[in-house]
Amino acid sequence: MSDTAIKPTQGHRIEWGSEQQLKNVKRRYAADRRLQLFGLGAISLAVLLLGILVFSLVQTGYKSFVQTKVLVEIPLDHPSIKRDEPGKGSYRVIVRNAFRSNFPEVSGRRDLRNVDRILSSQARFIVRDYVVANPELVGQTIKIALPLSDPFDQLHKKVIPSQIAALSQREKQLFKSLQDRNVVSIENDVTVVQIDAFIDPEKVAAQDLDAGDYEGVVKEGLRSYFLNYQPSSYEPILADNAADAVKNFVQQNPGVVGQTVQVKVPVSEHYDVLNKGSEPFVTNPRFDSAKQIEQYKALNEKNLISTPFNWELFFNSDSRFPEQAGLAGAIVGSFYTLLVCFLISFPVGISAAVYLEEFAPKNRYTDLIEVNINNLAAVPSVVFGLLGLAVFLGFFGMPRSAPLVGGMVLSLMTLPTIIIATRAALKAVPPSVREAALGVGASRHQVVIHHVLPLAMPGILTGTIIGLAQALGETAPLLLIGMNAFITAAPGGILEPATALPTQIFSWADSPERGFVSRTSAAILVLLGFLVIMNAIAIFMRQRFERSW
Amino acid sequence: MISIVFSVLLILVVLGYFFGRQRALSSSGGTIGSLHSRPPYHGMYVASWVGIPSILLVLVWLTLQGPIIDMILVKSLSATKLQGLSQSQIDIIISQIKSLAAGNVFGEPDAEAREAAENYLRWQSIAQWAMFAAAVAIALAGMALTSGRISQLFRARHGVENVLNLVMIACSMIAILTTLGIILSLLIEAMRFFDRVSITEFFFGLNWEPQIPIREGQVTAGGAFGAIPVFTGTLLIAALALLVAVPTGLLSAIYLTEYANPRFRSIIKPILEILAGIPTVVYGFFAVLTVAPAMRDFGAYLGMDIAPNSAIAAGAVMGIMIIPFISSFSDDAINAVPNSMREGSYGLGATKGETITKVLLPAALPGIMGGILLATSRAIGETMIVVMAAGLIANLTANPFEAVTTVTVQIVTLLIGDTAFDNPKTLAAFALGLVLFVVTLCLNVLALRIVQKYREKYE
Amino acid sequence: MEPQVGMDQEIEKSTVPATGVSEKPGETAALNPKMKAKKVSVYYGEKQALFDVDLNIYEKSVTALIGPSGCGKSTFIRALNRMNDVIEGCRVTGKILLDDMDVYDPKVDPVQLRAHVGMVFQKPNPFPKSIFDNIAYGPKIHGMGSNKTDLEEIVETSLKRAGLFDEVKDRLKEPGTGLSGGQQQRLCIARAIAVSPDVILMDEPCSALDPIATARIEELIDELKQNYTIVIVTHSMQQAARVSQKTAFFHLGYLVEEGDTDMIFTSPNDERTESYITGRIG
Repeated sequence: MSDTAIKPTQGHRIEWGSEQQLKNVKRRYAADRRLQLFGLGAISLAVLLLGILVFSLVQTGYKSFVQTKVLVEIPLDHPSIKRDEPGKGSYRVIVRNAFRSNFPEVSGRRDLRNVDRILSSQARFIVRDYVVANPELVGQTIKIALPLSDPFDQLHKKVIPSQIAALSQREKQLFKSLQDRNVVSIENDVTVVQIDAFIDPEKVAAQDLDAGDYEGVVKEGLRSYFLNYQPSSYEPILADNAADAVKNFVQQNPGVVGQTVQVKVPVSEHYDVLNKGSEPFVTNPRFDSAKQIEQYKALNEKNLISTPFNWELFFNSDSRFPEQAGLAGAIVGSFYTLLVCFLISFPVGISAAVYLEEFAPKNRYTDLIEVNINNLAAVPSVVFGLLGLAVFLGFFGMPRSAPLVGGMVLSLMTLPTIIIATRAALKAVPPSVREAALGVGASRHQVVIHHVLPLAMPGILTGTIIGLAQALGETAPLLLIGMNAFITAAPGGILEPATALPTQIFSWADSPERGFVSRTSAAILVLLGFLVIMNAIAIFMRQRFERSW
Repeated sequence: MISIVFSVLLILVVLGYFFGRQRALSSSGGTIGSLHSRPPYHGMYVASWVGIPSILLVLVWLTLQGPIIDMILVKSLSATKLQGLSQSQIDIIISQIKSLAAGNVFGEPDAEAREAAENYLRWQSIAQWAMFAAAVAIALAGMALTSGRISQLFRARHGVENVLNLVMIACSMIAILTTLGIILSLLIEAMRFFDRVSITEFFFGLNWEPQIPIREGQVTAGGAFGAIPVFTGTLLIAALALLVAVPTGLLSAIYLTEYANPRFRSIIKPILEILAGIPTVVYGFFAVLTVAPAMRDFGAYLGMDIAPNSAIAAGAVMGIMIIPFISSFSDDAINAVPNSMREGSYGLGATKGETITKVLLPAALPGIMGGILLATSRAIGETMIVVMAAGLIANLTANPFEAVTTVTVQIVTLLIGDTAFDNPKTLAAFALGLVLFVVTLCLNVLALRIVQKYREKYE
Repeated sequence: MEPQVGMDQEIEKSTVPATGVSEKPGETAALNPKMKAKKVSVYYGEKQALFDVDLNIYEKSVTALIGPSGCGKSTFIRALNRMNDVIEGCRVTGKILLDDMDVYDPKVDPVQLRAHVGMVFQKPNPFPKSIFDNIAYGPKIHGMGSNKTDLEEIVETSLKRAGLFDEVKDRLKEPGTGLSGGQQQRLCIARAIAVSPDVILMDEPCSALDPIATARIEELIDELKQNYTIVIVTHSMQQAARVSQKTAFFHLGYLVEEGDTDMIFTSPNDERTESYITGRIG
């Protein structure tokens, strides 16, 4: 050591007061702050995204917790209703006539049908069920709130507008290019566009001016303005009677055949409105007619329309009609599925965990089991679906869409969670408890059953609830075994076809009707509600019962 | 019938318990202390030998009964009726006979079908009664055999504990059975697929069009099963997800472990964990409802054309789902770096940021990498988000604004609805499933090994 | 920095007789205080761990802090370079002067302070990097040595000073964690030297080492004191007697006695000190 030259490394001493050092330190602190800021930014981003998710679901979903209904006065004096057999009446006619009586002025098949379509097509079943429940009302007149059909439900909740813009941005731009060419003018309060029409002798024969293809002439004339566009994009600009304008012109001036003339032809209604400076609107195509919307407004003005809490969402089963679709079937299906899942995975999981933690010798086989459990926990859920499809449905021939099979598949997925949680809970029981029990002459099994398991039970139950909560949200494996079927009644048992909450969400999300968007969000809120409750129970149990040794 | 069988067996089990206990009591001659095991153990011993074998028999019987009766049914049908029919057509005939037996008559069934339906009903009832008789017989035999052994010195508790051991071992074997079941079912169905479609086409083909209807006898002439575009789509979406999740998760973990005060940490950590607890179907709907339209609008604003089911929307939402994985794994890894490393760095005059980037992150890298690998496996295997938000058409592109499809989307779309097991369309799903299983398994094993090695290093 | 006139009084006030030091060969008689602790108290949350400690630490000498576990000696040494700052809820009152600069002055940057007052820890804690990078880490973050040659020179000098160069010169690229415990600790000392500190704090640097490695480190400390001011916390009284010139005895958070090592070990003033060094408390 002493022969090593020891001299102070003055050449590398830091000049602390120097400007360069001050700058250096400043830079280093800036980098530190930057990292901190990035971290805070990342957390804010994650929390913000969670907020957006919850907000967008609540914003679209909360409207489905109320249902738009109209109060209808229904005389139950129709001869088809009998007090001893109230279910057999022709309720379709009864409800239809009762609702139509709101609009005595309407006549004509089409208009009457449009009136009917304001009301949910399922209304007759509601009235029927009501009468069946209260047969003493037969012969009297009842007042009952019946749901509106989906478009009017959505209209009342202001989800969809009654009118939408008639022209797209693109269509407006095309028309604007015409205006820019100064060929658009207003004559006699009608917007016309001036075109160079070549009166093609092949289209308009000089001998027979009445039968010419004037439409072709007009379109050909308009085409010169839009050489680079598809005809379907600009031809709607022409009014239906545009060809007549040319026809009149040619009939008055028969000599023009074979020549190119400047003609002013009228534009169609929406472009006329647009040219006069206002925005053209049409009735939202989700409705049958503008009159229908007026009729709805009339009902609303008579205070017949109300939005009570949507109990049907919880007590109805699935339906093709969003205003009648509910979650009862899915909730019952999920309950049966989770019940099966619990009945299998709880005892099996505890047994396996107790064996591995308390009894198993340390050898290759138990190692293999442990590796298997850890890997199963990370196998994609859709693979469990394939397993269920191939083995439970394909090999054992179990029924499709049944909660039994769903519960079995989910129990295989829940097992690793329960086993891992149970082993952790068993590990947390101090060895002194085991030694004490062994010391008074209990067998190892008695030690586990009488002492260790009861002490570990809160931890086990917490893990089980968390595992079941995960299973409740699992979708993909249930899809593969057919639990996304369309079923309009709650299942009566574990062998009947059923849906579950997440698969119901999936099928509703796929449905085209506008009302299902909101229903899907509402169903998600219900599912999240169940998950929050389950996790709250788990957290409560963890805090209340779990002790630290 | 099944519920009757189970009730009878249950009654026998209870009877067996009391019977065994009673015999033990009487054999003790009034002094319980003279028994080796306490009377309830004798009761449990008898009950377990009454219950377990008979219930196992019923379960095995129930699983085998259906397939065996079907086999007999097919054998009983005349050769002329089955001549030249494919397996699926035979299946249809069998199900027609079954629905006939259940009382649902569609159209005019022929005489043979009627007869077969009657036979089917008869066989079923024979099988049920036989099962009932066999189960009760085994239960009674168990009772007779075991109660004969009960005496003062009989070690009933040991017997019960041995039974318990067997039950527990059987339960822990379920994990292995599940893995075996997954591997076997995927392998068998995938083999059947590769009988019809060559392995090279599947793994190297660039064209995936499984939905083209396939006519009888022309199985491989129709649809195309080149899975490359499906694989690239999966990788594209997974990569986009990681692109969102890795920086966000890692930076969050850095802030939470090193900068945040305990109060902030105790509030934010559970909030981040909520992201992991939200069911994936919810994320899928969120992608469709909010993210994809927002991306489209944003694209239109920039003058870009973004597909409604673009890879970026699905990938971004999947990224949100994965954030908590990355953050909690990084959190664990950074926390596992011994405090002496931090002190060593601070002691040299490093700032917090320098300590994190130059000492802690390099030290925690293996743990973080393990977390990223697990998250990758998760992203590849994630199903509902992509089923709802990604495309159905296989599209060989790396453009995140176009629609691509993934392995899991194809599995679900190929299998949703009624499925028969004998066309390449459905079998292709199992081939994809096999690839998915193998890839995710490798990633998981690798990740777990890295994480374990890392933990050992600092423990 | 040269000691200022005002400090002379402090030296006189301290219990150090000049003759006590000169007994050891090669030592200068007059020592200048490098660091001064004045009424330093340290609190962890509500709990007070250190009570009004006054202690001078003299330039180019070794000061040993001894005392039973939990007596506050580690707390004190960590207060000297503000390592306590990173502990949640830790509060320091009183003054600690480094060359007349109060290290707890809000204007003082703990990051710069720790480059002046380096630290070696109880357990060797090399970073999971190569030997070279371990030592170059400090100089790099402080912006010393603008190029690779400079860094190489710093690394080499530091290793030489820590007496490790000959053992590791062929494997500078190998991980520092691969060295033996004693080598790791010398690596950590080299790492601390590399940023040219004035003071090196050593918190029980040999407690995790075997006797041979310990002897090596003690030898090293003896050489380092020619250039550096060293404060060492130790639970071994023999070690304190072997390596230090000054010793301070802590008990239950109080500085009981301080002074020349020889004096503390031969004729302590305080009864508690005597009990401790004769093995009755501890």
